[in-house]
Amino acid sequence: MNERVWPVLRQLTGKDRLGKGAAVRSAATAALRARTAGADRVVKSVCPYCAVGCAQNVYVKDEKVVHIEGDPDSPISRGRLCPKGAATLQLTTDSRRARKALYRPPHAADWQEIDLDTAMDMVADRIIATRRATWEAEHEGKRTNRTMGIASLGGATLDNEENYLIKKLLTALGVIQIENQARVCHSSTVVGLGTSFGRGGATTFMQDLVHSDCVVIQGSNFAEAHPVGFQWVMEAKARGAVVIHVDPRFTRTSALADLHVPIRAGSDVAFLGGIINHVLSNELYFRDYVLHYTNAATILREDYRDAEDLDGLFSGFDPDTRTYVTDSWEYEGMPVVTATGTSEEAARGVGGRVPEGWSEMHGAAGATLTGTAQRDETLRHPRCVLQVLARHFARYTPEMVERVCGVPQDLFAEVCRHLTENSGPDRTSEFVYAVGWTQHSDGSQFIRAASILQLLLGNIGRPGGGIQALRGHASIQGSSDIPTLFNLLPGYIPMPHAHEHQTLADFLRSDAPHQGFWADMPAYLVSLLKAWWGPSARPDNDFRFDWLPRMTGSHSTYDTVLAQLDGTCKGYILLGENPAVGSANTRMQRLGMAKLDWLVVRDLNLIESATWWKDGPEIETGELVTEDIGTEVFFLPAATHTEKSGSFTNTNRLLQWHHRAVDPEGDARSDLWFMYHLGRIIREKLAGSADPVDAPILDLTWDYPVEGEQGEPVAEAVLAEINGWDAEGRPLSRYTQLKGDGSTVCGCWIYCGVYADGVNQAARRKPADEQDWIASEWAWAWPANRRVLYNRASARPDGHPWSERKKLVWWDEAAGHWAGFDEPDFERDKPPGYRPPEGASGTAALSGTDPFIMQPDGKGWLFAPAGVVDGPLPTHYEPQDSPVVNPLYGHQRNPARKVYEHPDNRYHPSGHEPGASVYPYVVTTYRLTEHFTAGGMSRGTPYLAELQPEMFCEVSPELAAERGLVHGGWATIITARNAIEARVMVTDRMPSLHLDGRVVHQIGLPFHFGPNGLARGDAANELSSISLDPNSHIQEVKALSADIRPGRRPRGPALREMVAAYRERAGIVAGTGTEV
Amino acid sequence: MDLETALPGARDEEAGYAERPARMGFFTDTSVCIGCKACEVACKEWNAVPDDLTAFTGMSYDNTVGLGADSWRHVAFIEQRKPLGHQTPGVGDMDFRWLMASDVCKHCTHAACLDVCPTGSLFRTEYGTVVVQQDICNGCGYCVPACPFGVIGKRESDGLAAKCTLCYDRLQVGQEPACAKTCPTDSIQFGELDELRERAERRLERLRESGVSSARLYGHDPDDGVGGTGAFFLLLDEPEVYGLPPDPVVTTRDLPSMWRHAGAAAAALLVGLAAVAWKGRRR
Repeated sequence: MNERVWPVLRQLTGKDRLGKGAAVRSAATAALRARTAGADRVVKSVCPYCAVGCAQNVYVKDEKVVHIEGDPDSPISRGRLCPKGAATLQLTTDSRRARKALYRPPHAADWQEIDLDTAMDMVADRIIATRRATWEAEHEGKRTNRTMGIASLGGATLDNEENYLIKKLLTALGVIQIENQARVCHSSTVVGLGTSFGRGGATTFMQDLVHSDCVVIQGSNFAEAHPVGFQWVMEAKARGAVVIHVDPRFTRTSALADLHVPIRAGSDVAFLGGIINHVLSNELYFRDYVLHYTNAATILREDYRDAEDLDGLFSGFDPDTRTYVTDSWEYEGMPVVTATGTSEEAARGVGGRVPEGWSEMHGAAGATLTGTAQRDETLRHPRCVLQVLARHFARYTPEMVERVCGVPQDLFAEVCRHLTENSGPDRTSEFVYAVGWTQHSDGSQFIRAASILQLLLGNIGRPGGGIQALRGHASIQGSSDIPTLFNLLPGYIPMPHAHEHQTLADFLRSDAPHQGFWADMPAYLVSLLKAWWGPSARPDNDFRFDWLPRMTGSHSTYDTVLAQLDGTCKGYILLGENPAVGSANTRMQRLGMAKLDWLVVRDLNLIESATWWKDGPEIETGELVTEDIGTEVFFLPAATHTEKSGSFTNTNRLLQWHHRAVDPEGDARSDLWFMYHLGRIIREKLAGSADPVDAPILDLTWDYPVEGEQGEPVAEAVLAEINGWDAEGRPLSRYTQLKGDGSTVCGCWIYCGVYADGVNQAARRKPADEQDWIASEWAWAWPANRRVLYNRASARPDGHPWSERKKLVWWDEAAGHWAGFDEPDFERDKPPGYRPPEGASGTAALSGTDPFIMQPDGKGWLFAPAGVVDGPLPTHYEPQDSPVVNPLYGHQRNPARKVYEHPDNRYHPSGHEPGASVYPYVVTTYRLTEHFTAGGMSRGTPYLAELQPEMFCEVSPELAAERGLVHGGWATIITARNAIEARVMVTDRMPSLHLDGRVVHQIGLPFHFGPNGLARGDAANELSSISLDPNSHIQEVKALSADIRPGRRPRGPALREMVAAYRERAGIVAGTGTEV
Repeated sequence: MDLETALPGARDEEAGYAERPARMGFFTDTSVCIGCKACEVACKEWNAVPDDLTAFTGMSYDNTVGLGADSWRHVAFIEQRKPLGHQTPGVGDMDFRWLMASDVCKHCTHAACLDVCPTGSLFRTEYGTVVVQQDICNGCGYCVPACPFGVIGKRESDGLAAKCTLCYDRLQVGQEPACAKTCPTDSIQFGELDELRERAERRLERLRESGVSSARLYGHDPDDGVGGTGAFFLLLDEPEVYGLPPDPVVTTRDLPSMWRHAGAAAAALLVGLAAVAWKGRRR
């Protein structure tokens, strides 16, 4: 019908006599056209929020992004997006986004605008000057070639290519303190999974959840934090799977689960240990799997002493250094040789310890042992791992689980029943966790406990089984793989420690007999050095191994804060991370920044870490005065995912490429641009310098092509370097092609193959409905595009599937190789019957029945003879600050945890200690669906801010009654560090727990909020302390003690006075809570 | 007397389209809703609905509060001390469940908003949905109280009525509405209404078999007071619990009889006047 005709005429002459339809359709309505249909082009992208990696279609019209929605071709997300993913149009195009470079001179009261080129030039000058002024050629007589004056933080929200340039440039400058969100989120995952299975990534992929018969979600709020991934849990549930959620709170995940098990925050090792005990004492383990695929039969040394024998300590503990000498944990007859030669004897002058920061090297391969382990195939030897395990967990009874965790025994029995009934040859169960497990002072051991259980149940490497680690930043797996981390080089090669004299050969210990894949470490490291220093890296100069700055201990982001406070660290670069809200003890973070000479903040919005000097909490309390703060601050706006090309590595090791849709506006630039041009400017300024200190910068390979008016580096050129090439410059297709003679170049050995044949494999987007469920032609996963790790274990030792229902990879006798749905995670031609000849090394030392190919013995590790610094077996310790007594051992807390004694970082008395009752409640922190991490990407986005507009706390009706808290009113939560206020949500979803004859109340705090943006409130991390897992240096923010009282917090100096009064009442002094 | 026979040609669904595709709608299965609010955001992004920043409400996780001119999808959160089928909630000795449901314009078969709109701004599309035409709306606001579900609101900035269009523009190019497209768990399903109704029956049956006896459909029945809705729901409790009217009736239901009575009264009056006039003339 012609809408230009007068509607009344249409009404009278047409069929729509009442004028309710066609007759009243206006011309504007008729001209409506979906902007998706009218777009000039559709650009393929990936959501920039969590690590599920949902694919997006970006619609561009007239060089503007006009819409973003899910790409239905994706096998992971199937076109769906959560509220954050759905808000990316606003995130990227909102007019309120920061697009202008800003500068705050020392002591100035406000920002001033600055020309971007000028700012870049000034930043380069400051880096050069600080580096020179703080250069440390030696430290205590050992060569270090570094600067401790500069630090960087951030990378998990950035592309792999950006992380690569950050690590490359800053390392060449001698910066050691390079860190990112992976430290504070999932570093303990790398340790826990890496030492158990040989690689530090999730063992499976999202879609495989549908094959699960039982999904246990613990330490994760899956539905809220990873909503689009949760569709696969719903799918499994629809197929009949049992879904169990173990969590202190009844969350949106619990609402959809069959079983919700409330648990006291921080007590998960006791809970998992209880299930392990149930499985062992009732002989419910998958015997064939356990016998052949784990180290259950391996005999341990006679001098090993368990936590059972030593009241919570293992043999080898040195109370002075609070570290373990781990020799006695080794297998009988199969000693540990550290893959990189320098055992801690050389590194630290004391024998038998794992060097600081090296536990995470198991992100890509297990520890190295040499020799042959002794086994008892009957599993009866008193020193065989299975028997040691049974003794270790014997006291983790259902009664004990109830006492420690507050889980009623009948509920616990239900979990045991579901889990064991749904594990075996014909059935599989999967564990899903996130930072609810990682962020503890023994976080690595939480993941170890789950790994042990899944090995006993035979659930690793099999469809519907495995351990799914849900990571929370778009490329936080990538920023671990290509680590912007102090202790690692790309591909989990450890950063070297300082020594008086150490050659590359010493470091590599190329003469040491190695078993497993680390045997090829020389090829990986030399190829990396060639990638960084090109022709300058030659055999006669040890491939410039000396140019790598050296560690002398822990240089994690928390150590950096202390270095800022004591004046050692003078310059700080924040790259998409907001420590003033997101890191533990945020007040300390800000006080540290206030001591800096200069600070560079790159972000999409003016986050709290950029503005603390003018409007931070300490300005209000009077502790800091803007005019007194000498820190020079540069704010450089960043580009969004739609404004740059690059790859994100999702939570299942999948590299997915996102393509630039439009150029960033104003001064916004990618971090690839920032790092590249910063390096270019520094190199230009240093050109001609004869100072050997400058040689690593001047000889750095830094000639990336640029394109467009803004001079954006070509991201694919960086990807090509990460992938590597051979002597003729041909792209490599797999890491087995790498050589240690300098003839190959490779920026990250585990990513070798992502640019095979010169094709960007990460950009592959064959639609899901044109592939099988593995979808191996969608993007590219490390290692070697395998999606289910250790999938050799999906077949029996003889190579046949355990069952038809659960088949995945099997030995094809006729063809003489492994076949299956997934890429076999095994040497393709190695038959099940292969047995290593005497004295075999490298991969040849592993038999045809060893599925864990990155482990030196090819086995899944129930017991970790190496790699975990605080014990070979998980042991329940109370959190650093806990109102509960550890009923299992005399040692209340993890004896090897890292504590930082500092006036701004005081700890609480715990358990029965005097003063513990001053902080009687358990606080746990968490995410909400509607926000993202420290809020930089959500609190300034109106569509997200309005969904959760204010900071709140969740408390039970019982706690509300006990403390007089009113729903909708205000509460103040107090620890020894700080106090915050929050709106009160009284809810049954926050159950109080009955344990050991008492009631324990828990307080839930979302950690997203801060004073800036549209959705505001005090940051939960004002309350937390710096107390760390000794393996991974992750902070404990998932369980701490606190007090709560009604009303708003005091303003001004009165706030600090109240916090001090609490400390005094609790009798807190310098050493409180630091006992072994 | 029912509406359709009362007013000849009042079958809204036909609405004068020469060619009419199948009637399209939403089936919102609240039993799989995870309360993520992606629907709210995707709707706002696509339709450029203004943000509506308020403060903490304390209504569980609901800070949107209800449907209106600036909220075309609204996820309700209901915390209840009631059991959910075979779910074991473990929050102490009580039963507990947390219900979530994404509400939206019902796109009624008999739409009162459409009946009362004096300008023809509200109209019935060829898909059987009900849409406000912003270029026609004069802001009179009659539609606001006419809606039995309280869906429509007047936008403060321009005074015009606004509500869900079931993404009329997307439908015309073969794309599903933004909310259904984004829904992570497929709680919001879009499709031909007849097919959705069958699917919903099957889902209801399955849920009841699995022990969720409180499950029921809402708005699926063509014989209800609004002739059935184009957007209907699977709920796990009484509609009132979700803020939905238990027995919605099109507020213009009595218009035909009112017109009839008014007509009769007018006729009687005319007759009376005529009689008076006739009498008067005789005088």
